[in-house]
Amino acid sequence: MQFDQILQYTLSGLSTGAIYALIGIGFSIIYNATGIINFAQGEFVMLGGLLTMSCLTVLKLPLWAAIPCAIAVSTLVGILFERLAIRPLRQPTPINLVIITIGGSILLRGLAMLVWGKDTHSVPPFSGDAPIAIGGATILPQHLWILAITLIIIFINKIYFYHTISGKAMRACSYNRRAAGLVGIDVKRMVLFSFIISSAMGAVAGIIVAPLTMTAYDVGVMLGLKGFCAAIIGGMSSGLSTVIGGLILGVLESLGAGLISSGYKDAIAFIILLLILFFRPQGLFGKADSERV
Amino acid sequence: MNFKVMPFVMAAVTLLFSANVFAAAPIRIGALFAVTGPAAFLGEPERNTAKMVVDEINRAGGVRGQKLELIVYDTSGDATKAVQLATKLIKDDKVVAIIGPSTTGETMAVIPVVERGHVPLISCSAGSKITDPVKRWVFKTAQNDSLAVGRIYEYLQKTKQTNVSILTVSDGFGASGREQLKSQAARYGITIVSDDTYGPKDTDMTAQLTKMRGSRTQAIICWGTNPGPAVIAKNAQQLGIKTPLFMSHGVSSKKFIELAGDAAEGIRLPSGKVVVADMLPASDKQKKSLMAFVRDYKKHYNAEGDHFGGHAWDAVMLVRNAINNGAFTAAAIRDQLESTRGFAGIGGNFNYSPQDHAGLGKDAFVLVEVKNKDWMIVK
Repeated sequence: MQFDQILQYTLSGLSTGAIYALIGIGFSIIYNATGIINFAQGEFVMLGGLLTMSCLTVLKLPLWAAIPCAIAVSTLVGILFERLAIRPLRQPTPINLVIITIGGSILLRGLAMLVWGKDTHSVPPFSGDAPIAIGGATILPQHLWILAITLIIIFINKIYFYHTISGKAMRACSYNRRAAGLVGIDVKRMVLFSFIISSAMGAVAGIIVAPLTMTAYDVGVMLGLKGFCAAIIGGMSSGLSTVIGGLILGVLESLGAGLISSGYKDAIAFIILLLILFFRPQGLFGKADSERV
Repeated sequence: MNFKVMPFVMAAVTLLFSANVFAAAPIRIGALFAVTGPAAFLGEPERNTAKMVVDEINRAGGVRGQKLELIVYDTSGDATKAVQLATKLIKDDKVVAIIGPSTTGETMAVIPVVERGHVPLISCSAGSKITDPVKRWVFKTAQNDSLAVGRIYEYLQKTKQTNVSILTVSDGFGASGREQLKSQAARYGITIVSDDTYGPKDTDMTAQLTKMRGSRTQAIICWGTNPGPAVIAKNAQQLGIKTPLFMSHGVSSKKFIELAGDAAEGIRLPSGKVVVADMLPASDKQKKSLMAFVRDYKKHYNAEGDHFGGHAWDAVMLVRNAINNGAFTAAAIRDQLESTRGFAGIGGNFNYSPQDHAGLGKDAFVLVEVKNKDWMIVK
């Protein structure tokens, strides 16, 4: 029985962790391209879920069409955000930019509240909700979707950053923006790209998690913070270490809630965040001056 | 239109409306609701309902020939704001009674203000400490948590499911429920084998439920408001938990069934009678009020009326009845409220007395079960 329980905690933790990882990578991509922490990242998670819900119920689209539609609209919001709030800034010091992203997140949340109201909304699962037994534990088909889609996205990311010109250019920006600009890379365009990628990824995370957790105008806050934790554990890398960071966070939360006390669930995440920031600010796996992409 | 005429038109319109005011000064009733902010799910239906009831009363000619005027302020669920607005209602607006606030925290903060100002307050929040001990000027219409807990325990005792697990949300509503669940357990011969909590924004409760699955629990009682309980219902279904699941009256709305979907089937919970109004036997004293409320709410807002609106309905009607009995001042309304007997409202049959300003018995709740995406009364 005890082993079954641990297995269940771990599986639940892995699926929550995968979501944290996706959101965390969104944070890292923008951080690496621009040097800012985009605190509006959680709002794209919210937009993904709520837009899918609207596409399904208002536009009556089938699920396979609603999802790309929601991703496209969220990405558009990401582009507008970069164009209207980030780019026009005269003195883009990191602190100004960070404050702007916080403002942007409050704005997006407020608008979402006006559009969708304060209620929680549900999104149907992609392929039924008959539980699947693994050992003594059970998971839902949606959990498999989450794990699979997270893996695919990480894979695509890898290819993009290492095997395409614009991916390589973005990595160059993360090493040294000035030098990247000198060799002819359009840094501003790379910044826009980073917002496109990360808002799309945030939206995907929001869409695949919505059938399990439901969605509302304010889900982005907590998910955003947890994603940020994952990114910190992973040392702000947009690759495997953030994914592992997210998974570690999810599993620890779940084990903590099950074995110690559910009251400490969120505390666990933030204690880890503080410990990492105090003792290993370069991330759990990072060397002092590591490759950050 | 000729713009020179405009000022005259404006003046005429103004006079037309003000003429009404001069004819007979309406009786002013104040209302404090958390229309925005985290408790908006309470405040919004409450405000809608209070406005609707006052409109209906005025359309029918008012009370004893006098119109009612409802002055609503939004507290956004903030106790400090509630205190300021209560003072404003008493000092500036000179109201004869105040309805609300929506949450227990705000109500507790407002109590000293109305006690000093000598204006009756009819709170729409559930906390039992609002009227226990009794305060001279404070009444409430929302059912105490203890009544809901009593309903569940009574049923568990009857069906001999005495080992229970409780899973409560870590906010005011959950904490109060947890306190009641623990303090009443012994009286019904119930043992709490596992006591867990979850955060209001948590998205996965399988860990807590797995722990309960491992214990010898015969029933799981979850105390929270949407969306948490819907997530728990889904998680329980995922884990294949066959133990009967009970919820609180905090989720007795169609929204819960919509959110939890199939996972809601078979879940039982204590609920005010609004959601099962049409299923009640004709002999039920509340049936008439309930049907009227549901019908009017549907007509005005094209939405399902819920308990929260019901609390405001009861509060406005209690004040109306008091005025109808000849009480026009704050003090007289207070005395009339206290002598209210057998008022069949939305929340239950109210019997106030100098010793009881909550006024409801256990019959205020019925135990309902979700069947085919609808509520059924559990016999």
